[in-house]
Amino acid sequence: MLQVIPNPAERYLVTENPQQPLVQTRGVTKRFGNLTVLDKLDLDIANGEIMTIIGPSGSGKTTVLRALMTLEKIDDGVIYIDGEPLTHMQKGSNLVPATERHLRRMRSKIGMVFQHFNLFPHMTALENCIEGPIHVLGLSRAEARERARELLEMVGLASKVHEHPARLSGGQQQRVAIARALAMRPKVLLFDEVTSALDPEVVGEVLTVIRQLAKEHELTMIMVTHQMSFAREISDRVCFFYEGKIAEQGSPDQIFNRPQNPRTKKFLNAVLEGS
Amino acid sequence: MTYFNFLAVNSSAILTGIVVTLQIYSLSIITGTLAAFVIAFLLMAPFGPVRWITTAYVELIRGTPLLIQLFWLFYVLPLFGIYLDKNVTGVVCLAANLSAFGSGVVKGAIESIPRGQWEASVALNLSPIRRMRDIILPQAVLLLFPIWGNLLVEYLKHSSLVSLVAITDVMYQMKMINNNTFDAVQSFGTALLIYYLISRLIITPLFRMLERYWGRRIGVG
Amino acid sequence: MGFDWQWDYSIEILPALLHATINTVIATFAGFAVAMVLGVVFLAGQRTRYPLVSWLFREFVEFIRTTPLLVQVFFVFYVGPQFGVLLSPWVAGMTAIGVHYGAYLSEVYRGGLYAVPKGQWEACKALNLSPARTYLGIILPQAFPPCMPGISLYLVGCFKDTPVLSVIAVTELLNTASVLGTMTYRYLEPYTIAGLIFLVLSLITVACLSMAERRLRKMLGLPDHRH
Repeated sequence: MLQVIPNPAERYLVTENPQQPLVQTRGVTKRFGNLTVLDKLDLDIANGEIMTIIGPSGSGKTTVLRALMTLEKIDDGVIYIDGEPLTHMQKGSNLVPATERHLRRMRSKIGMVFQHFNLFPHMTALENCIEGPIHVLGLSRAEARERARELLEMVGLASKVHEHPARLSGGQQQRVAIARALAMRPKVLLFDEVTSALDPEVVGEVLTVIRQLAKEHELTMIMVTHQMSFAREISDRVCFFYEGKIAEQGSPDQIFNRPQNPRTKKFLNAVLEGS
Repeated sequence: MTYFNFLAVNSSAILTGIVVTLQIYSLSIITGTLAAFVIAFLLMAPFGPVRWITTAYVELIRGTPLLIQLFWLFYVLPLFGIYLDKNVTGVVCLAANLSAFGSGVVKGAIESIPRGQWEASVALNLSPIRRMRDIILPQAVLLLFPIWGNLLVEYLKHSSLVSLVAITDVMYQMKMINNNTFDAVQSFGTALLIYYLISRLIITPLFRMLERYWGRRIGVG
Repeated sequence: MGFDWQWDYSIEILPALLHATINTVIATFAGFAVAMVLGVVFLAGQRTRYPLVSWLFREFVEFIRTTPLLVQVFFVFYVGPQFGVLLSPWVAGMTAIGVHYGAYLSEVYRGGLYAVPKGQWEACKALNLSPARTYLGIILPQAFPPCMPGISLYLVGCFKDTPVLSVIAVTELLNTASVLGTMTYRYLEPYTIAGLIFLVLSLITVACLSMAERRLRKMLGLPDHRH
């Protein structure tokens, strides 16, 4: 349970420079019963950065994404988005736990693409993509449809706008999910193992879309993935998680070619063995 | 008057009612359960006409209200020369109803036993009776317990309808008491409480115990 | 008096019985409509954040589901006059049936709600949809089709329970059959015909409802649940 934090500047230093990180976690802890999944995590992600998180299962990588998306409540620490606290609100000189209203205000800055797509099955691809813009962003139906069509075309599904998810392949569904998330124009987009549930032959089409996003858009992206070669290719920075903490982080070259931490080496060896 | 007074003054009527309810109920569910197995086997008989007649019987009972069945038996059977005591009529009606609804459940349980069990029995050259008795039925019965427990709670509720053919069960007694006292809350409220307690404190726990006992006996669970 | 089916008597009483059938059908739909609304109320009550309220609703629903409709009907009908309020048989009957079947339906609704994959709730959160939009636009349309078998089952059950209302003089089918029987001392024809009417209507209703379920699934674009 989150507590009120008096004088946050003491414990949770937030850098005051103009190149302020877009996403910051300070001392974030999450427990499931006796298990500590995130352990006083301090993570910074700069504006426009593409960060990949890798690590063994149970290391907390999915949990940190879910905490950013407010799908999980953290037990300690603060998360900042764009300089403003997400999990807390400023009240005088203290930070108090955020109300649902505050969360709703902040949440639109973050988007997420899920491992199992989570498309709305009773709506077409187009309808999936206009749902958020109409009912949350307040766009008119015409504007929302315009935006949705552009995005669906961008992900290569212009011909499938009126299909229901049941009629689309896994790769196509995931691309619709990406378009749906983009329609909300988030500042940071989270990718939670988005190719893990796909058949091998369609993984490529989803990675292509992500690659395109990385190149052509100023989008900040945080990815959790097992696709190591892809991560190496497009990431600006790679983070290796171990038991709820960042064991090592650096450029893709540093992490994949010259890992320093023995645990990182062990993990990478094991992954290469399997592939 | 206070509730305790109410209970004390009407105690003999209430107790008579409980006894009659339990008698009618237990007789009908025992008969009905056995009949349900018989009907289930008839539904699976290799002989076409047997299956069709049995299906007609089941559909007839499932498609008509229990109260109509009760009244029909009560008023129409004498015309066929069958003179039954009203209590027997009540038991017969409830048992027949349970046999129809229950047969589907029994049949479903038997059919859900994996094919491999049947095939293994044949491979061991067991006779059909032995196969059913020693292999298939014990496993089917274990599957049945939870559903049967729910079904029997339903039939405790249905048994209250027999009060309408003047069988002196809990419902009947309470109606009499209400006629005298005009105290619906205490009379019918107590009736509700009695049915609830019988279900919650006797039937449901009993069935959970029976399920565990049977499971241990056949070595599963 | 032996078994002796009188056709002219049958034809004579048929109009009255058919008229009563209409009453039965009205009673079924009216009572069930109340039940469908109360089912939502009972479920919402069980899902509130306040532990005492949700416990109360939970126990109440269990109590109603475990006790006979007949007793509940008598209770509702006679409790009014005890406190000086006179309830008409119809109002009392609809209330009793509404509460009784509302309790059953709340369980059906609960099952339907739980059948919606957790990921749907998470996608709604990720898109920052309001709770109202989440329920109305996304969750409820997916929760409804799994409820249909249960709703069909209880609708037919409700229909077959309407004769219970005859005890408080609601002029439905069984009541009319009984009245005809006591008037002429011939019970065979009225009760048999009443039974057959119920049988025919039940079979038709079951067939229609399963057709409707399949149509609804197709309309909403959901996969077919063959059972």
